Amino acid sequence: MVVTFPHMGTLNIPVKTFLEGIGQEVVLPPPSSKRTIELGVKHSPEFACLPLKINVGNYIEAWEKGADTVVMAGGVGPCRFGYYAQVQREILQDLGCDMEMIVMEPPDCDWKDLKHQYRRLTQRRISTGQLVKTLHLVWKKLNAVDEIEKLSLKYHPYEINRGDTKKAFDQILKWIEEAKHPKEVKEVLTAGKKKINKIERDLQRQPLRIGLVGEIYMLLEPFASLNIQWSLGDLGAEVSKSIYLSDWVKEHLVFNALHLNRSGSLKNLAKPYLNHFVGGHGLETIGHTVKYANGGYDGVIQLMPFTCMPEIVAESILPQVSKEKDIPVLSLVLDEQSGEAGVATRLEAFLDLIARRKAQQEGELVWMSI
Amino acid sequence: MVKVGIPRALLYYNYFPKWKTFFESLGAEVVVSDETTKHILNEGVKTAVDETCLPVKLFYGHVLNLKGRVDFLFMPRMVSVARNEYTCPKFLGLPDMIRQTVSELPPFIEPCVNMRKHSRQYMREIYRIGTLFSSNPCKIYKAYVAACQEQKKYQNLMIEGFTPYESLNILSGKMVREKKQPGELNIALIGHGYNIYDRYVSMNMIDKLQKMNICVLTPEMVPRHFIEKQAEKLPKDMFWTYGKQIIGSTYSFMENPRIDGIIQMTAFGCGPDSLVAELMEREAVRRKTVPFMLLTIDEHTGEAGLVTRIEAFLDMVRRKEVV
Ligand code: SF4
Repeated sequence: MVVTFPHMGTLNIPVKTFLEGIGQEVVLPPPSSKRTIELGVKHSPEFACLPLKINVGNYIEAWEKGADTVVMAGGVGPCRFGYYAQVQREILQDLGCDMEMIVMEPPDCDWKDLKHQYRRLTQRRISTGQLVKTLHLVWKKLNAVDEIEKLSLKYHPYEINRGDTKKAFDQILKWIEEAKHPKEVKEVLTAGKKKINKIERDLQRQPLRIGLVGEIYMLLEPFASLNIQWSLGDLGAEVSKSIYLSDWVKEHLVFNALHLNRSGSLKNLAKPYLNHFVGGHGLETIGHTVKYANGGYDGVIQLMPFTCMPEIVAESILPQVSKEKDIPVLSLVLDEQSGEAGVATRLEAFLDLIARRKAQQEGELVWMSI
Repeated sequence: MVKVGIPRALLYYNYFPKWKTFFESLGAEVVVSDETTKHILNEGVKTAVDETCLPVKLFYGHVLNLKGRVDFLFMPRMVSVARNEYTCPKFLGLPDMIRQTVSELPPFIEPCVNMRKHSRQYMREIYRIGTLFSSNPCKIYKAYVAACQEQKKYQNLMIEGFTPYESLNILSGKMVREKKQPGELNIALIGHGYNIYDRYVSMNMIDKLQKMNICVLTPEMVPRHFIEKQAEKLPKDMFWTYGKQIIGSTYSFMENPRIDGIIQMTAFGCGPDSLVAELMEREAVRRKTVPFMLLTIDEHTGEAGLVTRIEAFLDMVRRKEVV
């Protein structure tokens, strides 16, 4: 059994560590590329959302590299993600890519099922000690990766030589990936922080603060969002992302499973505008926007795949939130046809607008074309 | 009399008799928005966000059509109508979407219908909206029972093969109940009720087919247990009630030797349908038993093009009979 799984940002680091830790042979799909999208689009339903299509591209490319089993997450709806794996299986089958699919349904629905899926994944018996050790390492890596990303995004707008932070970030990811023990993860994390701290920066700058909200895949996979998190930094904005993988894991695999409800405060923040969960991250999108507004951010950008239902609900409501909370919001709908140039123009225009607004509010003289 | 407005859109075709009877039994007057027109659709398209699906845009249009004419707008939050299932994410957020987008609307009657885990909460909601009209629990309960009975009659008529509009006419006494005559061909028209039964959106598809002496069958005409049985064949329980109804009824039509062809109508931008239709198309190709056609409609679909496609499809169906 040669296992693969779809890409989603830095997800490959903890998941690969986990699978190898339980004795699986893993083949990663090549990094998502234009070809990945082309393959995915060609074989997926036209109106499926973008993540499904990129997944399919990933599977096909992993199959070409010798993978024969896909590990994929499931769900209980109402968002389409819960049915992704079943549709993808049909697509692969009709294509003649004979891959087995192991679908990990969330434990919110059934622990027994999860255990069963896990059994399928570990044909060779591994000791509990080994499992605990693996999980510990995975947990450390998961948090390390997110910590470095947060730090990099924070420092990025100040860098003097464009690209330094991103380069450092990529390098540190490699270190974390290669770490073999929790202790080693800690060491490379410290070294990584030092490395980022050493980047030449101009601390006089006053970057605009932008919150990124929206659909989880779009937020976690820079490839799908056309690298917006980095290009915003290049344009001089400090980016805060509302979702990180480690938060998501805590939320879904730990707290929900123990029936603890943590997103309560987000729910309350969203309540005046959206009073019910709508699947996916629709409710969170509204809640986080309110949170960013309360936190004095200068603007919010919503990232959503074309036809994404929960985000369409949020998109319909965001203009009102923006008005009442007095914070500019830009909804960016992305699909396979979105081009970097088009998106860049819209980002520039948006940042321009916020910058002018800010200057005006602070009573500085504003130049306006008449 | 208090006027309660019900938009003639989305789940109207599924539940109208129930809602109407409930409010009328409590002494309210029910006002339904007009049948869809170009104007209603355009108003909706203007108000809703671009990315949303045609049916939700149309819902906005019908809400606007009722604006200023009623004291209350009936806008249930249909989260789930069956155990472990959901409707569509957009239904979950619909009252909020409307409230935050359209200004100066009358107050909403907004029960939250959620039977995903149990139906206790549903009964509480019924009672809560009943108290808007009466303080007598007995009267509310009676109104609810009457509503359920009317709904049952409506559903039974559909299972006998009457379309929603025919069934509504029979219920209100405008039409006599005659046994359905067999047609030259039996065609299954599959899709969400708000697409296939809305005369404007579907471009009168049902009437058009019936005039050609074709007997039209729809998902509402398939009994629930048939649908459940077919849906069991799916690799995983389908958590969208209407997606399940669509796929389950299609599979049972595929196995029914009397069905000559299947037309599926889906709205541009419909999330669940994008996956459901995909599964169905692949199944149809694998089975190769019945001719199958997928029609995607949006606000720009032209009638001429649609008619040509239907005729071409029917020709194909007939040829298969000759052969
Ligand atoms: S089921 Fe499809 S058509 Fe109906 S509201 Fe949802 S997305 Fe729109």
